[in-house]
Amino acid sequence: MTQNCAGCADFQEKSGQLSKIIAKYKDTQGALIPVLHEAQELFGYLPLEVQRQIAQELDIPLAEVYGVVSFYTQFSINPKGKYQINVCMGTACYVKGASEILDKFRTRLSIDVGECTDDQKFSLDACRCIGACGLAPVVTINDEVYGKLTADEVDDILDKYEDR
Amino acid sequence: MNKVHISIDGISLYVPENYTILQAAKEVNITIPTLCFLKDVNEIGCCRMCVVEVKGSKALQAACVHPVREGMEVFTHTPKVMEARKVNLELILSNHDAMCQTCTRSWMDCELQTLANKLSVDTVRFTGDKKRQPLDIGVSIVRDPNKCILCRRCIGACKNIQTVAVIDTMNRGFDTVVGSAFGLKLDETPCTNCGQCINVCPVAALHEKNDTDRVWEAINDPTKHVVVQTAPAVRVALGEEFYMNIGESVTGKMVTALRMLGFDKVFDTDTGADLTIMEEGAELIDRIRGGGKLPLITSCSPGWIKFCEHNFPDMLDNLSSCKSPHQMFGAVLKTYYAQKEGINPDDIVTVSIMPCTAKKFEAKRPEMEVDGRSDVDIVLTTRELGKMIYDVGIDFPSLGDSDFDNPFGEASGAGAIFGTTGGVMEAALRTVADILNDSSADNFEYEEVRGLEGIKVATIEIADLKVRAAVAHGLGNARKLMEAIEAGEEFHFVEIMACPGGCINGGGQPLQLSDIRNWVDVKAERAKNLYKEDRKMFIRKSHNNPAVKKLYKEFLGMAGGKQAHKLLHTHYAPRKNYED
Ligand code: SF4
Ligand code: SF4
Ligand code: SF4
Ligand code: FES
Ligand code: FES
Repeated sequence: MTQNCAGCADFQEKSGQLSKIIAKYKDTQGALIPVLHEAQELFGYLPLEVQRQIAQELDIPLAEVYGVVSFYTQFSINPKGKYQINVCMGTACYVKGASEILDKFRTRLSIDVGECTDDQKFSLDACRCIGACGLAPVVTINDEVYGKLTADEVDDILDKYEDR
Repeated sequence: MNKVHISIDGISLYVPENYTILQAAKEVNITIPTLCFLKDVNEIGCCRMCVVEVKGSKALQAACVHPVREGMEVFTHTPKVMEARKVNLELILSNHDAMCQTCTRSWMDCELQTLANKLSVDTVRFTGDKKRQPLDIGVSIVRDPNKCILCRRCIGACKNIQTVAVIDTMNRGFDTVVGSAFGLKLDETPCTNCGQCINVCPVAALHEKNDTDRVWEAINDPTKHVVVQTAPAVRVALGEEFYMNIGESVTGKMVTALRMLGFDKVFDTDTGADLTIMEEGAELIDRIRGGGKLPLITSCSPGWIKFCEHNFPDMLDNLSSCKSPHQMFGAVLKTYYAQKEGINPDDIVTVSIMPCTAKKFEAKRPEMEVDGRSDVDIVLTTRELGKMIYDVGIDFPSLGDSDFDNPFGEASGAGAIFGTTGGVMEAALRTVADILNDSSADNFEYEEVRGLEGIKVATIEIADLKVRAAVAHGLGNARKLMEAIEAGEEFHFVEIMACPGGCINGGGQPLQLSDIRNWVDVKAERAKNLYKEDRKMFIRKSHNNPAVKKLYKEFLGMAGGKQAHKLLHTHYAPRKNYED
């Protein structure tokens, strides 16, 4: 899979762009968070080589950069698919069977939470309460919200996206 | 310094205005309990174990970081304070993997246990989830996240003091852990194995990789000839494992104990240090006279070596090619000593007792062997030796004294001071001065390179030379000094030790609780006793050590010669940081 490859031409080009982003914020206070945001927009996620470059060029230890990335749920260290599936695991959804739904996504797509399918089409994540507890259990795919979902419906929904 | 009037539990006192409540309370003999606070290492006030009531403020205040103010009235043991501390501790205990019986920390003082006793916590009113996370077992360091109480002291040591910064807090909320980026093992990061994180951890979440089983196996194998050597810093710290005074010198008792454990021969790494001085002295003179790469930088601290390989790869040629003293001595034991005693070197097991965790990593480096045999087979820390002695029931403080074995016997005082910052520099200067002046100087105590100042700089006149010398200890100071050198500051000779204070405060030394470290400079106590050892010695310069002279005459030839190079020297290569 080439998206993870630090040596490929695409990555090199983006790495140059990343340097520019870093240079833009370098002398401002609290540069790390905005840099991470723009880097995530650029690469889609924040793998080791991206965080390493940020650490080096901002002169912040990698462990600290990673600490910040892992603190905020909006950052991801894994690639995201074209369709990003988020299964709410908040309390209300959990008691209404969110884990079965999550399992169904897992087996159907053959990926684990935090991973992305080989064809880059789907990525799967679990999240905290998204504030739609009335619709529990809730799943979002990109901006679309699926409420009161059952595990049986998962196949149909995914088929719909497969065909797009 | 301006002073202010305050009162603590009704006692009035007059203290410097930069004091914290914690310091002020100590003046009136009240020790407020602390957990995350460790002087100079971690002063972030995050655990709230040290809370007190301050008149006029509603919330309880953290005494470890709260400054005193004129007229302040403090109460350190009101019911509200005692209850808050207790609740804090119970919350920590509620998800602590409290298997004290099988814990590496329970035979020494565990700060968590001590606190629970002190606060009379007899039940834990909360039940928290206990995580089971895998241990990170490295060559030198073991991390057990299940024991971690998130005090962040290790982060302070690694990031602020050592500027290595390979551990930090990760994730958030209940999932918070102290670990490395991307969950990597420490061995996959630029960690230097210095063990300073272990020295500050209040619990068993960090400790050395235990190798005592391998030593027992060798001792109990009748076909093996097991020789042990002990580093200078071990003798002024081992006693602490048995509640003796901090820094008390126990050389003779230590030798007795090692024989009782069953080692076939007990040697002194100080002899190896004398060898190092012969070689490094020759190298220094050679580089100064011959226009070689300067400054010459010492190479006896393996934590520093790995740090240099990661952070200053362009300056590796400045490092002395000398192996560290115990490695040199190990190589001599498996060649010269084996020949002399008629023992097959493959039957010799060399064990080093070191104040250092990085030496476990060093001994395993492929650079550290001669003819396919590793110089040193097993490295144990001072703590591991203490545990071996304790385990077999030897009453250490009551032991009598014994001497190191021949053919090496007693080493020089120069070898002894290797264990403290400035010691290698001073030992080298003693020898280099005599060689260049072609005489024997009576004035050879170089006060200017002693002491605990982070970076020491001196110009020493020897014969026609003005030797510019610099000494740094602790990797943060090392980094500063190296950056100055990169920026063009000129020196001839530079000594660097990875651990603050040098080996006396190495990552393998006895742990002292924060309740002691916050008030006593453990490093200074240990260093003082090493200088005393030096003064007690009959021979105080490496080149006058008769065993070393004989070794060169019978076996090694010239210092810096071919045979010496094969056995005693090595080379280093750059290392990448966080490879893919
Ligand atoms: S760290 Fe301390 S409290 Fe925790 S299990 Fe070990 S000895 Fe017990
Ligand atoms: S051993 Fe030293 S470098 Fe490694 S994590 Fe601990 S303090 Fe940091
Ligand atoms: S590993 Fe030890 S020093 Fe580090 S945060 Fe955990 S308990 Fe504190
Ligand atoms: S718990 Fe799922 S939306 Fe609130
Ligand atoms: S907050 Fe004072 S010791 Fe932790």
